Amino acid sequence: MPDQQTFLQLSGLEPLVITPETNFVNIGERTNVTGSRKFLRLIQEANYTEALEVARDQVEGGAQIIDINMDEGMIDGKKAMTTFLNLIAAEPDIARVPIMIDSSKWDIIEAGLKVVQGKCIVNSISLKEGEAEFLSHAQKIRNYGAAVVVMAFDEDGQADTLERRIEICKRSYELLTQKVHFPPQDIIFDPNVFPVATGMEEHRTNALDFFLATQWIRENLPHAHVSGGVSNVSFSFRGNNRVREAMHAAFLYHGIQHGMTMGIVNPTLLEVYDEIPEDLKTYVEDVLLDRRADATERLLDFAESVRGDKRNVQAEQNVWRDQPLQDRITHSLIKGIDQFIIEDVEEARLLSTRPIEVIEGQLMNGMNIVGDLFGEGKMFLPQVVKSARVMKKAVAYLQPYIEEEKEEGVQAAGKVLMATVKGDVHDIGKNIVSVVLACNNYEIIDLGVMVPPEKIIEEALEHQVDAIGLSGLITPSLDEMVYLTQALKRKNLQIPLLIGGATTSKAHTAVKIAPEADFPVIHVNDASRAVGVVSQLMNSETAETYTQGITEEYTLYRDKFLERTTEKVYASLEEARSRPWSFDWSTHIPVTPQQLGPQTWDDFPLERLLPYFDWTPFFRSWDLHGKYPQILDDAVVGEQAKSLFADAQQMLQQLIQEKWLVAKARFGIYPANAQGDDIEIYANDSRSEIIHRCLTLRQQLQRRETLPYKALADFVAPKHTQIKDYLGFFCVTAGFGTAEKAAAYEAANDDYSAIMIKALADRFAEAFAEYLHQYVRTEAWGYALGEELSNEALIQEAYKGIRPAPGYPACPDHLEKKGIWELLEVEQQIDVKLTETLAMWPAASVSGYYFGHPEAHYFGLGKITPDQLKDYCKRRNISEEEGRKWLSPNLNDS
Amino acid sequence: MHIQEVLRERILVLDGAMGTMIQAYGFEEEDFQGERFRQHSCPLKGNNDLLSITQPQAIREIHEKYLEAGADILETNTFSSTSIGMADYEMEDLVYELNFASAKIAKEAAEAFTLKDPSKPRFVAGSIGPTNKTASMSPDVNDPGYRAIDFDALVQAYREQAIGLLEGGVDIFLVETIFDTLNAKAAIYAIDSLLEERGLEIPIMISGTITDASGRTLSGQTVEAFAISLSHASILSMGLNCALGADQLYGYVQRLSDFCPHFISAHPNAGLPNAFGAYDQTADEMRDLIEPYLKDSLVNIIGGCCGTTPEHIRQIALLAEKYSPRKFKSNV
Repeated sequence: MPDQQTFLQLSGLEPLVITPETNFVNIGERTNVTGSRKFLRLIQEANYTEALEVARDQVEGGAQIIDINMDEGMIDGKKAMTTFLNLIAAEPDIARVPIMIDSSKWDIIEAGLKVVQGKCIVNSISLKEGEAEFLSHAQKIRNYGAAVVVMAFDEDGQADTLERRIEICKRSYELLTQKVHFPPQDIIFDPNVFPVATGMEEHRTNALDFFLATQWIRENLPHAHVSGGVSNVSFSFRGNNRVREAMHAAFLYHGIQHGMTMGIVNPTLLEVYDEIPEDLKTYVEDVLLDRRADATERLLDFAESVRGDKRNVQAEQNVWRDQPLQDRITHSLIKGIDQFIIEDVEEARLLSTRPIEVIEGQLMNGMNIVGDLFGEGKMFLPQVVKSARVMKKAVAYLQPYIEEEKEEGVQAAGKVLMATVKGDVHDIGKNIVSVVLACNNYEIIDLGVMVPPEKIIEEALEHQVDAIGLSGLITPSLDEMVYLTQALKRKNLQIPLLIGGATTSKAHTAVKIAPEADFPVIHVNDASRAVGVVSQLMNSETAETYTQGITEEYTLYRDKFLERTTEKVYASLEEARSRPWSFDWSTHIPVTPQQLGPQTWDDFPLERLLPYFDWTPFFRSWDLHGKYPQILDDAVVGEQAKSLFADAQQMLQQLIQEKWLVAKARFGIYPANAQGDDIEIYANDSRSEIIHRCLTLRQQLQRRETLPYKALADFVAPKHTQIKDYLGFFCVTAGFGTAEKAAAYEAANDDYSAIMIKALADRFAEAFAEYLHQYVRTEAWGYALGEELSNEALIQEAYKGIRPAPGYPACPDHLEKKGIWELLEVEQQIDVKLTETLAMWPAASVSGYYFGHPEAHYFGLGKITPDQLKDYCKRRNISEEEGRKWLSPNLNDS
Repeated sequence: MHIQEVLRERILVLDGAMGTMIQAYGFEEEDFQGERFRQHSCPLKGNNDLLSITQPQAIREIHEKYLEAGADILETNTFSSTSIGMADYEMEDLVYELNFASAKIAKEAAEAFTLKDPSKPRFVAGSIGPTNKTASMSPDVNDPGYRAIDFDALVQAYREQAIGLLEGGVDIFLVETIFDTLNAKAAIYAIDSLLEERGLEIPIMISGTITDASGRTLSGQTVEAFAISLSHASILSMGLNCALGADQLYGYVQRLSDFCPHFISAHPNAGLPNAFGAYDQTADEMRDLIEPYLKDSLVNIIGGCCGTTPEHIRQIALLAEKYSPRKFKSNV
């Protein structure tokens, strides 16, 4: 066995040890200002919040190291590197991986080394400026405790032949190990990836030379590693992603074969090696390995004609059907196959003395394995939901036999009441938790959506439940949860509460809900935790310690939280208004819309929305994290994502063919001007009659001197400029038909499909919003006539103008929806309703504004102070009490 | 005899708590002040490190008690003796003197015992604490990018301390109670460059702190990530101390022992503090909890942190004699 001490060891918050068994380490490359225009823009705008999201996405997408580069003439690289790394340190889900500090400037590298606690990699140093500088930098890197990438570069330039690569790497290695005693395993060579198939004769061996140099390094320079920036190799095929993806996959495959241990890879431009069609693979490898004189011509010719051939999927053989009964049942449960379960359960029933024994025996044995696999992270949510479907089917089959015996049903582990709170209609997450708990033998009393607190209490009493699970997605639901808690306490009901849903948080639970209760209140942030929490609560041995622990944890958390909130500094409303986001309006003339006033689209063809689907949130709603389409090839969840995706495709087809859903839209563009923080909407372009007024809110959290306090109104030309500006409004829905379909599935014990239809309806609504926004930009308003964007670009919001929605960070005020409903007559025209807490019904609906300004952008309002609340209530003409209720999540109460 | 050689032969015992012992003296403000600091600009009670100057006899006595109990390694009374720690007492100018004096007292005590019994050489470890400001966490939750101190300032502070300890005669540097690895990296950076300048080789002991049952340092690292982050220095040993008692710490020391190629040290607290912040675990109780560390060959250096007394160390030393040291994995 090789000595562990010769392994390259790196760390973020967690270790990364590269052993001979490590296949390949991929380094995320999106947080690089030289490679990503988006990241560059974010850093230039000092929008570190979003820049962090870029880093987070990479880590979630599977990057094991993240490369960070701030080398751009227009930014202060040293400062940007320090700031960004300090911010990353505060984000445990990013900081868990090691950092690669990437710069050609030593002062930026050193600034980075001074703020990273883990063992990172410096990228890079070389002999370019001579031995003295090379060694002095290497010595410092050693003292800081980092590994290093060494470029094959010396005083005479960059190595471009095999011999030069070997010569420079050998010399660098010897200097490092002998002069500064650099640990050889901490040296990573980058022997220069250069483009191939450029047409230049001397470039023919660029890839091959890299491979051979890699092999030489691994054989002759003990313990050293090899890395490279892969996408360089396909530079001459820019624009032909099909070929580039294949080249990258083949390059990596051969690189790894030759000993490459890590590389900077763009996962969106990477095919699976085995999935490359044979002919394309041959042409690509001919080029990479320089196997034929005419390899380049042949690949170029072929590149014109590449098309995606799909491999035939072989039908799986049902060998498992020959196994013993228990194994078959377990297999059906784990794989979620319901085809044979009745037949197997019948066999088991005939073998047992009482039908109940089948449930307690074979079926529970199988479900226990499912539970274990889920707990170990070897099964994923969609699979568990499918297992539950099989279980339900089996139990439903046995039920009549059990009742015939006049027996009680299976003894449940406990009863849990589940409900989405009053005014809220979102239930995908709640249903998933219900199913997971049901799988684990808990009896679920599901009260559905929009459940008032009285009803929850009544049912809880009637069923004598052991716990109540509350779900909510919109912000007013947070208050509903507090009300229910108070009501439970008044009635002296000591039933533990589980809190979940997208807007809920540990902070809100600990600070706002838990203090109202004299019983346990626990924030359960994902379905996989639900079983653990409930089982601890219901086990008489652990319950007390567990709840005590939670109480202490939340008290501590609350104290800390309150301590920190008081430290925040806010600008007064007056001060904030004196520094709005400003713009030289003389440089911009808003385009006059082609179509003014409202219009309706009834029954929009669903199939036209498919190209606008953003699948990533779909997977997220099933607790599968990662970007589509890479998620399909993810090492951990890939298989599961593929199977879920296939099921979704199947349902989509049927759904469109049989027209299960009806999509409708109502939208309109109106003359508008900003008046302070309000936006006035006029009846017509004479702008004499104000027919509506949008109230926007202004940021107040103290910002640096040069930064503005933004409000959405800033993106509309102020009235005094006399510039004719416009504002659009919309509501789209794809939800009609969802509830009926889901109910039918639920009645048939098929929760999986019930959740699926809701998740798909949500995707249709979002796609519809995307489609309509594009229509508005290019036709109805027409300010972006020539715009041509891919779906990917749409998802990344590469277009001009924004469509913020009330209830989201830029305009958290849900009351604005009422205004949109009145102005567009939404309910009369397309039947989408607002609940009492202003959630939209059907749930799969999206509404908002269209701002056409080319520099309009999304931002978060953050907290506001009492002076703005007061001012807002006056403008809105409501009592402060009511204003406080609607804006409570955004109020700074200190 | 080099400590590396001794470590191959037997388990070495580190001394116990200094603070707990000082408390027993019941020193008041004027004892802390001594004659020299009567007119000092601020109250000094609680500045334990200062006692090396104002009550050197007491500090020497404590060291001697630990040596009598069987400790092989003494820790200097310098846990907070950096300009950052001393800022609380407006004594930044005293840093060199504090470290020099503390090192000297410990060295004299150790040498006297070595002279009495040369077969059991005693060593002095210069204690370098974490400082009360951290380089990879923001004290302001609203501004996570803010830092109350940076790497360069830490290097400067640690360098000053290290010079005092070095010139006072320490045999080892002990960077301990590390809850932010970046602070420790700065300490190592300071020590490494100091030794490089002077052409000296003095081994460094590293000891981190696992804050709670999360199994991570306060700055969020796992035991393994922590060890990797500091493994670049010329390290004598890697270990854990403080925050937890021997029973809670066991699992983490085991992980470190499985993972690290260095000698392993552990100096846990005498259990967890009671409601009044005091430690109730008796020497016998602690000995029983320490025994698995030795039986399972997890450590090369064992001692005590908060709440331990010479009696605890005596029990641990008796135990350590019975077991052979952990086989280390490298050619340190």
